Amino acid sequence: MLELNQVSKNYSDVCALERCDLSIASGQTTVLIGPSGCGKSTILRLIIGLQIPDEGSIHFGGQLLEPARLPDLRQRMGYVIQDGGLFPHLSARDNAALMARHLGWSDERIATRISELAELTHFPTDALDRYPLQLSGGQQQRVSLIRALMLDPEVLLLDEPLGALDPMIRRDLQADLREIFTGLGKTVLMVTHDLGEAAFFGDNIVLLRDGQIVQQGAMKQLLREPADDFVRRFIQAQRSPLETMETIR
Amino acid sequence: MTRRIAISFLCGLLLAGNCFAADDRAIIVGSKNFTEGVVLGELIRAIAASTGATVVHRQALGGTRLVFNALVSGEIDIYAEYTGTLTHEIFAQNKPASNAELRDLLAESGLVMSQPLGFRDNFALGMREPIAERLNIRRISDLRAHPELVFRFGTEFTERGDGWPGLRLHYGLPQQDVLGVEHDLAYRGLAAGDVDLTDLYTTDAEIAYYSLRTLEDDLGYFPPYEAILIYRAELAQERPEVFAAILGMQGLIDEAQMIAMNSRVKLDGVQEALVAADFLNENLGIEVVAKSSTRIERFWRYTRQHIALVAISLFAAILIAVPLGIAAARWRRLGHVILGIVGIAQTIPALALLVFMIPLFGIGAGPAVIALFIYSLLPIVRNTYTGLTTIPTQLLESAEALGLPAGARLRLVEAPLAAVSILGGIKTAAVINIGAATLGALIGAGGYGQPILAGIRLDDVGLILEGAVPAAGLAIVVQLLFEWTERAIVPRGLRVSTRT
Repeated sequence: MLELNQVSKNYSDVCALERCDLSIASGQTTVLIGPSGCGKSTILRLIIGLQIPDEGSIHFGGQLLEPARLPDLRQRMGYVIQDGGLFPHLSARDNAALMARHLGWSDERIATRISELAELTHFPTDALDRYPLQLSGGQQQRVSLIRALMLDPEVLLLDEPLGALDPMIRRDLQADLREIFTGLGKTVLMVTHDLGEAAFFGDNIVLLRDGQIVQQGAMKQLLREPADDFVRRFIQAQRSPLETMETIR
Repeated sequence: MTRRIAISFLCGLLLAGNCFAADDRAIIVGSKNFTEGVVLGELIRAIAASTGATVVHRQALGGTRLVFNALVSGEIDIYAEYTGTLTHEIFAQNKPASNAELRDLLAESGLVMSQPLGFRDNFALGMREPIAERLNIRRISDLRAHPELVFRFGTEFTERGDGWPGLRLHYGLPQQDVLGVEHDLAYRGLAAGDVDLTDLYTTDAEIAYYSLRTLEDDLGYFPPYEAILIYRAELAQERPEVFAAILGMQGLIDEAQMIAMNSRVKLDGVQEALVAADFLNENLGIEVVAKSSTRIERFWRYTRQHIALVAISLFAAILIAVPLGIAAARWRRLGHVILGIVGIAQTIPALALLVFMIPLFGIGAGPAVIALFIYSLLPIVRNTYTGLTTIPTQLLESAEALGLPAGARLRLVEAPLAAVSILGGIKTAAVINIGAATLGALIGAGGYGQPILAGIRLDDVGLILEGAVPAAGLAIVVQLLFEWTERAIVPRGLRVSTRT
């Protein structure tokens, strides 16, 4: 579905991504994980075309990703960021409907699609007419997800979608998200820095460090056969302190 | 909502059209910005109108240079002038030795000078009668014996070649305490006893009012300032019947009559139009319907003119400045250039900007609108630019990631998010504009500035307030109007702040 071939990207002097090869299988959830500044968000931003690779190529469904094709290809992807990126001047409903309306969908078709998605994401229908500032963080992320799913894209790109939420809400939304992903059978590419979250979602985990992929595979594989000392330390650092206390006792 | 705004803009344009639509056939009379000039202008207007012609009087346009240039460029057709002023100020370099030479010089510019109107308005020196009597001063030569006297002259007299510098040399005057002040203030200083002597115009109403003695020019320094009319030759040929009537003013007004008319305006507060009508009724038997306007009529006229000046310039500025602001936000390097240029335009004082317009666009409402337009650009461009460039990056990127093309992003996301800022810029421009438009009266654009200028000229606080109060009121009304518009235009989602 998505192929990155020797992709490099620099921000001024800092190398964000270096000769990266990555293949994302269709219908799977792939999680990109790693410390801050490791290049995981850059991969998402290159795929959605907010940034252009300095070297290498990206293919989406067999088509080369290039500026001229971006507007069309973007309609086949949904993108959700940490704080939702909802437009404050539009209600939840209008945020979701924006692109569909631009493409000339009928009001009826838009309304049907939005209520479908509101049900799917467990978003209360009566809150659809509220503005983003009147919604809680969790509700905002649900609206953002509705907006991303509106055109029924093949790929969902999620950049730390739960990063700004408090733990209880986060837990609820995690469960809902996994249910949605498995239910829809979409290709999902998610960025997180939380190992537990990666394990919860990911069929395939990709661990990055300093713009390079250190190891990829199933979570069990990372736990059992860490590729190097960095992977071992990364996993160790993220073990729950509660769990560690348990072991000591 | 938007329709209602569109309608009000259209009304503004229509209004403006009414005010500025210049009838080709109208004869345009000009006048210099002092009482006698305006009275003479009213006389010309009333006589010309009595022939059935359409006549417009552009009152108190400005100083000698400005009004003369307006005549040369054809923006006015006729005004009252003085031979001495033409000889010593306008044609100072050519030094015409006689009226015949002066006529030749005028003919080169397509202008004609009438025969004298009958009175002279010379420069003279004046002192209060009791002091002059006590010091026994009757002639300018007598001043040589009193070097301690305090002289205060009108600014123009202090600087003109035919004013104080030449006078001092001609008579060998020894006085040291000599300064230029505003002419009306010199009179008041004279009355208060702080000033011993000032320059006068011999037809000034104040001479009698302050009981001043005019000193005899015994060494013949001051040239004669014979009142005449100058007008455009071609118009006189096209409209002979009108000009035949106007030239009836030749030899009609003697010095006493002119002084009487000046003092009715200046001391009794009678409108120039009424004074002119009375004079013509008595002396030419022309039945002039004196159009004495009431305060309410004047208020509406000035309001219409003022709103037209502001509305047209502001509307044009919005049409140009908002796209400029958008361009500046999109192409940052170009943006620096755009913001730089409109920023410089803003640093020019409004008055200077108006004066710059005269050689390019002449006088009247047109150039004033252009100056106000230029003046309105910066706040709108800058606020549009700021509004667009301060939209959080993640919102811009979210719109892009959705797949919206640039035009749709601007329309659906960026413009609504920048609306508060853009509207704020327009509001600032409108309020500045209302204030700056009062200066438009200096170049004959009308509006609230006209009573303010006339009030300063006539030392009439009531008249000044007639312009100043509505101008301030209009600014407040516009401010309120914008706040109300803001509520209608700014998206509701940006105004909610509470999470529910």
